Amino acid sequence: MDSALALQLLIQGILLGGVYGLIALGLSLIFGVMGVINFAHGQIMVMGMYASYWIFVLLGIDPYVSLVAVAAIIFVLGYAIQYLVVNRILDYPEAMQVLPLVSTGLILENIALLLWGPDHRSPQTALGLDSIWMGPVMVDTSRVIAFSLAILITGLIFLFLKKTTMGKRIRAASDNRTGAVLVGINVDRINNFSFGLGAATTAAAGCLLVPIMPISPYIAHDFTTAAFIVVILGGMGNLPGAMAGGLVLGVAESLSTLVLPATLKQVVSFTLLIIIILFRPQGLFGGKK
Amino acid sequence: MNRTYILLGLILAVLLVLPLMLSKYMLGIFIMMYYYAYLGQSWNVLTGYTGHISLGHALYVGIGAYTSVFLAQRYGLSPWIGMFAGGVLASLIGLFLGFLGFRFGLRGVYFVILTIAFAEITRLIVSHIDALGSFTGIFLDFNPSFKNFQFKGNIPYYYISLGFMVMSLIVVRILETSKAGRFMVAIREDEEAAKALGVNTFKYNMFAIAVSAFMTSLGGCFYANYIFYLHPNTMFGMSLNIELILRPIVGGLGTLFGPVVGSFILTPLSEVSRAYFAKGGMEGLHLVIYGIITILVVLFMPKGIIVYLKKWLKPILSKE
Repeated sequence: MDSALALQLLIQGILLGGVYGLIALGLSLIFGVMGVINFAHGQIMVMGMYASYWIFVLLGIDPYVSLVAVAAIIFVLGYAIQYLVVNRILDYPEAMQVLPLVSTGLILENIALLLWGPDHRSPQTALGLDSIWMGPVMVDTSRVIAFSLAILITGLIFLFLKKTTMGKRIRAASDNRTGAVLVGINVDRINNFSFGLGAATTAAAGCLLVPIMPISPYIAHDFTTAAFIVVILGGMGNLPGAMAGGLVLGVAESLSTLVLPATLKQVVSFTLLIIIILFRPQGLFGGKK
Repeated sequence: MNRTYILLGLILAVLLVLPLMLSKYMLGIFIMMYYYAYLGQSWNVLTGYTGHISLGHALYVGIGAYTSVFLAQRYGLSPWIGMFAGGVLASLIGLFLGFLGFRFGLRGVYFVILTIAFAEITRLIVSHIDALGSFTGIFLDFNPSFKNFQFKGNIPYYYISLGFMVMSLIVVRILETSKAGRFMVAIREDEEAAKALGVNTFKYNMFAIAVSAFMTSLGGCFYANYIFYLHPNTMFGMSLNIELILRPIVGGLGTLFGPVVGSFILTPLSEVSRAYFAKGGMEGLHLVIYGIITILVVLFMPKGIIVYLKKWLKPILSKE
């Protein structure tokens, strides 16, 4: 085995894993507060990618710059989904919780298809094709930036949850719903806000991916499942675990291409997933529930 | 005798003579109605009655389709027999999945994710097996004959699919009134309590998944020989996983007629609106509408449409 290639793949895996971690952070946040699994997660992210794409194509603003605006737009989308749909199904049995979110994903995916067609779009952003040498390996600049920003955003979200009143309310609602209600927290508003924040987080991750991979409505499923895998690796509702799980998945997928065709890398991640839910359902790093 | 049976008999009689007056296009819609009612019913056996949510039932559809087509193309085995080979294989895989899921006590979302993972892994692996057509899929040659499960025109498919649906209703009806069916419902309502009362929950969960997988895979064989084309993404893919569960949930989960009612409402809607919007260049709009309707049904009629239908039919059915 070529060790330079392995190193290259390892680094690429870590870089992409950071973005996976950010996507999964949003999913984990939503699960932590509401106890629902957002089956529309990838689709929400793809909406963010399209927003970022169109801002770039029409206004010429780079995805890294428009990230905050895109996150704000998708925050509103997430807030609306929670307000219109998810708040009404929180007390439903699990089987009935799955369907509305799956349907929400179906709606978003097909709105994207309707508006922008099935073609893969990849914008030529400023840094799109740049690469830099890190020791013996060459990596795309856009991947390095994506990784760094993913870590930075994750840090900011932790800061938000730790230091601000809203963040504390979210953690309170996540720890103990009834307790949060008893001390006078408006849990419905916290729910809306948390779903919005989770959606905005995944949208930000989507922006980071815009320069790296082509956008199409159909990539959404893969990201929804990738986010599940990461969250389960890291432990449901365990936020630092989401980032760690992202790195594990990124590296596992990347290194698997040493022995398998790239199109089979998901077999590795799904197998990893099955092993984890069977033998360590609380995740590698412990979780909620 | 019971008025319900008279009503059902009347409906069946109408469905039996219907092909005499339907166009080929309309027949196609009815075939899809029966097909999805059948698949929904098969899924209902596991999820509706035991409460274990499978979002990976496309796995069994794909196994049924690929096994029967492979045996027919390679060894000239009639799909009527290959169908059962597919059923047995699907059951075995279902039992393996069930063994992992139930032995390790996976609940709720974890079980859902296990089923998705199985379906996706199989899809990816089949996409890489040349003997199964890999990425390009398999085209079936058209050799109409009863033995080949291939027919000219839609009428034979109409009766076969109707037969499938009626059979599934009979099977589930028998199951519902049997001891096994009652135990399954007990598991759905409270698995721990059922266990405490001495129900061998593992055994009945395994039984449910085996029956459900077997039934689902027969549907896959039918579908393959109806559309003459197999592709891993359509036979094992996520969109089929979703399609499959929409109708029974909208109709009424865990009820005998829920999947049928759901399919009779949603399938024509989806087929007609798909054709209509595709003509106007609005590909995908029908799925948006479809998604909105299912959300509305779940939000405002969480027990499914069947509850309202029953209320509405009550005055007719209960007059003695």
